[in-house]
Amino acid sequence: MPNTKYDQQMEFFVDMQRCIGCHACEMACAECETNGQESMIHIHYVDRAVTTQTTVQVCMHCEDPACANVCPADAISKDDFGVVHTANTARCIGCSNCVLACPFGVPQKNEAAELMMKCNMCYDRTSAGKKPMCATVCPTQALFYGTREEIQKMRPNSTPVNKFFFGMQEVNTKVNIMMPKGSTHLKVH
Amino acid sequence: MAKLPTSVENIIDKHGPHKNFTPVDGYKGTHEPDALVKTHCCFCGMQCGIQLKVKENKVVGFEPWMEFPFNEGRLCPKGVQRYLQNNHPDRILSPLQRVEGKGFEPIGWDAAMDRTVNEIKRIQRDYGNDAFGMLSGVSLTNEKSYMVGKFARVALKTANLDYNGRLCMVSAGAGNKKAFGLDRISNNWSDLKHAEVIIIAGTNISETFPTLTHYIWQARDNGAKLIVVDPRVTPIARTADLHLPIKPGTDSALFGMILKILADNDWLDHDFIDNHTSGFEEALDAVKDYDLDWAQETTGINKDLILQAATLWGKASTSFLLHARGIEHHTKGVDNVVSCINIVLATGRIGRPYCGYGTITGQGNGQGGREHGHKCDQLPGNRDITNPEHRKYIADVWGIDEKDMPGKGLSAYELIEAIHRGEIKGLITICFNPLVSLPNNNFVREALEKLEYYVAIDFFLNETARHADVIMAGSLHEEEEGTVTTAEGRVVKINAAVTPPDNARRDGDIIMELAHRLGAGDKFNFENSEAIFNELRVASKGGTADYYGITYEKIVNNMGIFWPCPSLDHPGTPRLWEDKKFRTPDGKAHFNAAPFRPSSEVVDKEYPVVLTTGRVVSQYLSGTQTRRIGKLVDQYPEPLLEIHPKLAYQYGIKERELVKVITRRGEALFPAQLVETIREDTVFIPYHWGGVHSANQLTIGTLDPVSKIPEFKVCACKLDPTGKLAPHPSESNAYQSN
Repeated sequence: MPNTKYDQQMEFFVDMQRCIGCHACEMACAECETNGQESMIHIHYVDRAVTTQTTVQVCMHCEDPACANVCPADAISKDDFGVVHTANTARCIGCSNCVLACPFGVPQKNEAAELMMKCNMCYDRTSAGKKPMCATVCPTQALFYGTREEIQKMRPNSTPVNKFFFGMQEVNTKVNIMMPKGSTHLKVH
Repeated sequence: MAKLPTSVENIIDKHGPHKNFTPVDGYKGTHEPDALVKTHCCFCGMQCGIQLKVKENKVVGFEPWMEFPFNEGRLCPKGVQRYLQNNHPDRILSPLQRVEGKGFEPIGWDAAMDRTVNEIKRIQRDYGNDAFGMLSGVSLTNEKSYMVGKFARVALKTANLDYNGRLCMVSAGAGNKKAFGLDRISNNWSDLKHAEVIIIAGTNISETFPTLTHYIWQARDNGAKLIVVDPRVTPIARTADLHLPIKPGTDSALFGMILKILADNDWLDHDFIDNHTSGFEEALDAVKDYDLDWAQETTGINKDLILQAATLWGKASTSFLLHARGIEHHTKGVDNVVSCINIVLATGRIGRPYCGYGTITGQGNGQGGREHGHKCDQLPGNRDITNPEHRKYIADVWGIDEKDMPGKGLSAYELIEAIHRGEIKGLITICFNPLVSLPNNNFVREALEKLEYYVAIDFFLNETARHADVIMAGSLHEEEEGTVTTAEGRVVKINAAVTPPDNARRDGDIIMELAHRLGAGDKFNFENSEAIFNELRVASKGGTADYYGITYEKIVNNMGIFWPCPSLDHPGTPRLWEDKKFRTPDGKAHFNAAPFRPSSEVVDKEYPVVLTTGRVVSQYLSGTQTRRIGKLVDQYPEPLLEIHPKLAYQYGIKERELVKVITRRGEALFPAQLVETIREDTVFIPYHWGGVHSANQLTIGTLDPVSKIPEFKVCACKLDPTGKLAPHPSESNAYQSN
C-alpha cells in the first residue's frame, strides 16, 4: 500500500473533557467514501439525566488487537504503522467475534452488509499527509492529531495515556486518551 | 390575503421541510470535483472557512479549509452538513403564487414582478408609503444588507424596514454605543488565548459557536480560569472553574454586585477610570446598597460563588468578558450589557493584549448586517437615520434629495404589531422567518393574515412564506458573491460556488429588478457584487463602521480585514481602543448606571415556573435550512422540555411524558426531559421549530425600551402533565412545523 507520506510521529489523542457532544466528528467520518454514510466514531451521553458529559468511542488501534486475534477469517490486520484496518470485505464472514472481543466495544457489525466496520485512522487521508477527518473538524480539538511533543507543549495540564488495564489484562494502544497530569494508565475494572 | 391557501399538510407535502441525506455512495463527482471553492459556512457569526466541492454546477461535498486562520479546518455539525442545503428537493425553483384551495403554483418572473409592483403602488397610493413594510435578515451579505437598506428608502420609499438582528444583537449594539460610541467586539479571538480570567455570560458557546470553544480551551491550557453564568449546565459550563447558575432575568443584579465588590476591595484601575472614562460614580451609586445576601436572594446564586467570581475578576491582570443572547434577550437587555461593560471598565482591562470584551454575534453576518442600513433607525456605516448630517451624507452617496429619505421606522416586532393594528397593509420579506423566530407567534400569525399583500423572497418555503401571495425564488449563500463580517469584526469573502438552479435568481438581481420597476433603476445599476461593495465602502466612509479602506483584493490577500479600516493603506483594526480614543462625543468610555429591575413577567401563583428558551447544536435559528438536513434533524428531532427532576417530581412528570406548557400567550405540548443540569425553578425549550411545536407560541413580546429586543429569555409558565408518553419523534415530525 503506498504510504510514503504517512508520518509515524503523528498520533491520535482523545480528551473527553473537551467533548461537547456536537457530533461533527460522526458526520465528517460518514462522508468518507468507504463508509457509506456510516460513522466509525460514536458520541454518547454518559448519563444525560445528570450531566452533559459525552464520551467518544473510536478504535484505539491496539498494539495486540483482540479483534484481529479472534477473527477466524484473518480479515482484520494491523499494518507496519500500527493502524488496525477494518475487516477485509472479501474475507469477513460477519461472525461478530471481533464485536464481542474488543475491550473498548468499538467494532460494529453492519447488518445490512454482513460486514464488520471500524475506523482505519482515515488511511486515505493520513497516508497523504492529512489529518483524519474527525480530528480535522472537531471544533474543540477533543480529538487531536499531531505529535506527542505538540500536545504536551499545548496542554501542560494533561498527560496522554495509552495503557489500559481490564482486570489483570494490560492493553496498549496507538490512540491516546488525555488524563490528569502525571497519569500513567487507566484501570477500567 | 395572507392566509394559508390550503392545508398545512398539503403545503408540507409539496414544499417540505423534507430531510435531505447524502446518498450512501455520495454524490456523483464528489471525488473528482470540478472545483473546490473557498468560502465560509452559511450559519453562525464565527463564519468558519470551508471549501465546497462543486461538480456540474452542484455542491456535492466539502473539504476542510486548513489555512483559514480562525478555524483551521474545524467545523461544527452544521458546517459539515451545510452543503446539503444545495441539491435539495424542497428548493424553490421558480416564482410561485398563492392559489386558493390549491397551494402554490409556478408563475413567470414578469408576472411575479408585475403583480408585486402593482400591489406596492396600490397599497402606497391608498394608505401611504409607510403602509408597505419590509423585513430583512443578517444571513445576507454586507452587499445585500446594504442594498436592502437602500432599496427600502430609495425605491420602496418606506420608513418601515427592519431586520432579524432585532432578535439578536441590538441590545449589545445599543449598550456598546452607549459605552464606547461604537458597536463591535473590542478584540479578535486570538486575545482569548492568554486571558487569565474569562467570563462567559448567557452564551451557550459549545452549542451555538462550537468552534469558538477551542479558543476557550487554549486559554485554559495556559492557566485561565473560566467562569460561566448560565441557568443551565451547558457543555462549556460542565467543566468551568466556576458555574454561576443564575436565575433568568437577574444578570444586571449579578454584575452590579460584582461592581460593588470590585469597588469595596479597590480592585479598580483608577488611572484608567480617571483619565479615560466618565460616569463611574453614577454607576457605583446605582449599586451602593447591594450586598451579597441580596444578590444571592435575587440571582439565586450562592453568595460564595458570586464572591469567588468577583475575586477572580478583581485580581486578574488580563481578562475577557463575553456575552450573548442569554443576557441580551430581555426588556433590560441594554442594562445587562452595560452592567457587564461596567466591570470591564472598572478594571481598565480593554484595549490591551489579552484584555477584551464583546458580544458574540449570533448570525452569519450579524456584525456586518447590523452596520449598513437595514435597521429601522440606521444608515450605512452605522450612521443614525435621525441625524441630519448623516442623512445628508448618505443622500448624497445615493444621489437623492435628503428630504425624500424616509425617517426612522418601526422595529421588527413593532412592525408586526402595526400590521395587526391594520396600519401596515403590505409586506416584503427576505431572509426572515418571523412566524418561528418572533415571540408570541400566534399574534404574529394573526397579523400576517391581515395583510393585503405579502411577497417573500426565499430559497425554501419557510413557515412565514407559507402565508405569502407571491414567493420570489431567491438564492442560497453559495450562489452569490459578497462579503460578511464575522463576530470578531473580520470582513471575509463569500465566493459563489454555483449559479441558482432552474428559474431561481440571485437575491441581488431580484431586488435590483424590483427597484427598476419601481422607478429607481438609475440608483441600482450595479454590475456585480463588488460594485455594490465599492458603493458601501464610500457610504460607510467616516462612519463608526468604516469600510472605506477594505477591498475585495485586500480581503482575499489577508484572509479578511478587521474594520475600522478608513484608508486603502490602513491594515485594519484587530484590536480596538489601544489608543484609548473612544468614539463617544467626549472621547471617553462611559460607565452607565444599571439599577436592577424585574423582568416584564415574573412568576406568580398562577404561572409559577420560569420559562427560558435557546438553541441546540444541530439547529440554526428558525431552522429554514437546518430542519431540511437529515442528520441535523435526526440528532435532535423535536423540542424537549428540559426540567429538573425535583420540579418534575412536584408535578409527577415522568421522562418523555407530554407536558402542556401554558403561558398567557398560548400553550403547547412538549416531551419532558428530566435533567439535573437546569435550575429547579426554570424550564427550557429550544425554539427552532414552528407550528404546534413552536416554543415561541409561549414567549412574551415585551421589548427593551432602548433596543426593542423581545424578552425571549424569561417569562412565566405553568405546567400541566398529560399522563401520556410522547410519541416517537418519527411520528410527531416536528421538523416539518405541522
